[in-house]
Amino acid sequence: MANSFTRMITGRNTAVMMAMGAGTLASAFLLNDSTAAAERRRFYPPSADYPDLRKHNNCMAAAMTPTIYARLRDKATPNNWTVDQCIQTGVDNPGHPFIKTVGMVAGDEESYEVFAELFDPVIKDRHNGYDPRTMKHPTDLDSSKVTSGMFDERYVLSSRVRTGRSIRGLSLPPACTRSERREVERVVVTALSGLKGELAGRYYSLGEMTEREQQELIDEHFLFDKPVSPLLTAAGMARDWPDARGIWHNNEKNFLIWINEEDHTRVISMEKGGNMKRVFERFCRGLKKVEHLIQERGWEFMWNERMGYILTCPSNLGTGLRAGVHIRLPLLSKDPRFKKILENLRLQKRGTGGVDTAATGDTFDISNLDRLGKSEVELVQLVIDGVNYLIECEKRLERGQDIKIPSPIAQFKR
Amino acid sequence: MPFGNTHNKFKMNYSAEQEFPDLSQHNNHMAKVLTLDMYAQLRDKETPSGFTLDDLIQTGVDNPGHPFIMTVGCVAGDEETYDVFKDLMDPVIEDRHGGYKPSDKHKTDLNAENLEGGDDLDPNYVLSSRVRTGRSIRGFCLPPHCSRGERRAIEQLSIEALDSLEGDLKGKYYALKNMTDEEQQQLIDDHFLFDKPVSPLLLASGMARDWPDARGIWHNDNKTFLVWVNEEDHLRVISMQKGGNMREVFTRFCTGLTKIEDLFKNRGHEFMWNEHLGYVLTCPSNLGTGLRAGVHVKLPNVSKHEKFGEILKRLRLQKRGTGGVDTAAVGGVFDISNADRLGFSEVELVQMVVDGVNLLVNMEKRLEAGEAINDLMPEQK
Repeated sequence: MANSFTRMITGRNTAVMMAMGAGTLASAFLLNDSTAAAERRRFYPPSADYPDLRKHNNCMAAAMTPTIYARLRDKATPNNWTVDQCIQTGVDNPGHPFIKTVGMVAGDEESYEVFAELFDPVIKDRHNGYDPRTMKHPTDLDSSKVTSGMFDERYVLSSRVRTGRSIRGLSLPPACTRSERREVERVVVTALSGLKGELAGRYYSLGEMTEREQQELIDEHFLFDKPVSPLLTAAGMARDWPDARGIWHNNEKNFLIWINEEDHTRVISMEKGGNMKRVFERFCRGLKKVEHLIQERGWEFMWNERMGYILTCPSNLGTGLRAGVHIRLPLLSKDPRFKKILENLRLQKRGTGGVDTAATGDTFDISNLDRLGKSEVELVQLVIDGVNYLIECEKRLERGQDIKIPSPIAQFKR
Repeated sequence: MPFGNTHNKFKMNYSAEQEFPDLSQHNNHMAKVLTLDMYAQLRDKETPSGFTLDDLIQTGVDNPGHPFIMTVGCVAGDEETYDVFKDLMDPVIEDRHGGYKPSDKHKTDLNAENLEGGDDLDPNYVLSSRVRTGRSIRGFCLPPHCSRGERRAIEQLSIEALDSLEGDLKGKYYALKNMTDEEQQQLIDDHFLFDKPVSPLLLASGMARDWPDARGIWHNDNKTFLVWVNEEDHLRVISMQKGGNMREVFTRFCTGLTKIEDLFKNRGHEFMWNEHLGYVLTCPSNLGTGLRAGVHVKLPNVSKHEKFGEILKRLRLQKRGTGGVDTAAVGGVFDISNADRLGFSEVELVQMVVDGVNLLVNMEKRLEAGEAINDLMPEQK
């Protein structure tokens, strides 16, 4: 035990000297990559590098074992992205005792395959048992299938649908080089300039916008800024900020695309009021047009039938879709059954500032919990039906009538 | 990223122009020096452990800098960085260290006997005295680039060496991830505890990865000698005490450092050092001696004098607030320390601080008495 420990703690070059003789010190610096890697495996076996996850509470820490790490540590994707780089954010951010974060990211499309041994259990954990090895994810962007998509505007203040899309063949934000990031910007902005009619718009590069443009984008709640969350910065996605980052929006200001923030693109359709059907219709139309425009130039989105659309964070696989409303529920939100009702409807509440904010007053952001295993149409319908149910509950409470907790919705078709 | 960044080879599929960072808004030493040509020349190189040009400059690309403060904008991932990327590092070093040339030699002098005086800085003005430096263990990657295995090996070696210290230097190690709440509070009260960096300058370089794994603080029982393990450098060594006896602080500093170096050597390790760059540390600003010798001193009158800045400049001293490098002075109390690190020996730098602080205190007394200080104005050192 003492012997192997001593060998482990000997510095690399010193050990090479001892192994090869002092006179060969000069050649030690000329070792080629494969010898350096073999040397590393000898002196720093996976057990020496295994992260200390005892205080951690995220999906990666729950799934990681010394055996998995030992098998994956020395592998790399074709872009030479490693498992250590995938998990760095989860190692650096132990998580919150109440909120379970994911704790790992993909550097490219191939990450999900090369490191499947770790990604698969994480995906299962995060997506309610969804098994990407055996299940298929349905994609459905036919907005005509959605019914009852017009909410009572005495309660619903605004409606919004967002998702993300990645450009196949280019590395994802944690791993991309400056060239790749600039290429993503070029490909997407060129495609967007081909949008017409209600979807015609313009691009604002983060690094080049004027102060006035910046203020307008802030006032419209469109502007995104360099992330401060350590979950994101530890993943390396904020490198070289604000190079090749920007915001595109249509002239009507109801269709918006973020470029090179947490994903290659984030696509958002939104408007004031309760017309979720129209919001979703524009969402599907815009997405399809953009996909068509990039395909004309030989590009496509990352997608496969097991995981749907491929995004940086495993939590956004499948549809990557969050459909939600800002809604006033003064009575229902104080009812002790509110939490259970939301849970059974597979909805989540957030503050109106987004994922890390608290609700102000009685207004909540209500959206779907699930992303993977149900199609876009299914999820939006689920939100529509769920929000209508919440409004019904609120109205009943207004009239002094009782409300019921609905039966839980089934997870996904097996 | 540790051990072999072949991701760098993948980047070679793109041209230098496509990859060259946009430094048009930047004001740091790296941005001033890096040209497209230099980038093209250096981008396919890597050190034996796989540290690349993009790794080196990432912190400078991500942190454009301040219009008034000139940051360095690059870090080393291992000892070989300073050699493999000398075309970039040499001009950065020259710019940062007052014209230090690639052919210059740096003198190391850790013999405290060579210091003149320094034991009687007026304690009515000088509240505390402190000397710090850093050391890197040869053969291991530096904090921006090391793997968890290496960082833990560095911690283990350091604990073994420090545990063998005796007498005035005998002490104890507190691992950041294991300390109890009481220990933590005590270390905070003693002003010893360091925490995960929040400065984007440090975070962007990758040195905070895996926090707090293998980080810790060692200090002697007398609380006058302190070592930080795996913060911004492998080791940061600090000697400090209340009052104005800088000589005693420096003597303990030299004795402790020399002992630690011997203990490492006995175990087959040495510190990174060469006769051109002196002690090799993560940030080019800390090369040479890596030494900052300073005092907390009350200078309410001198600090308001119109020539205060000029005086400090001539004495080769710098001022900071008593909270450290990014703070402002409170109640007329300043942190005054040497501005230089490279090209002067340890003894020379501490001598400058001793002589300079003595002069500043004399000036303060004169101004208190309502007298002029023109005859005390120093020459440029």
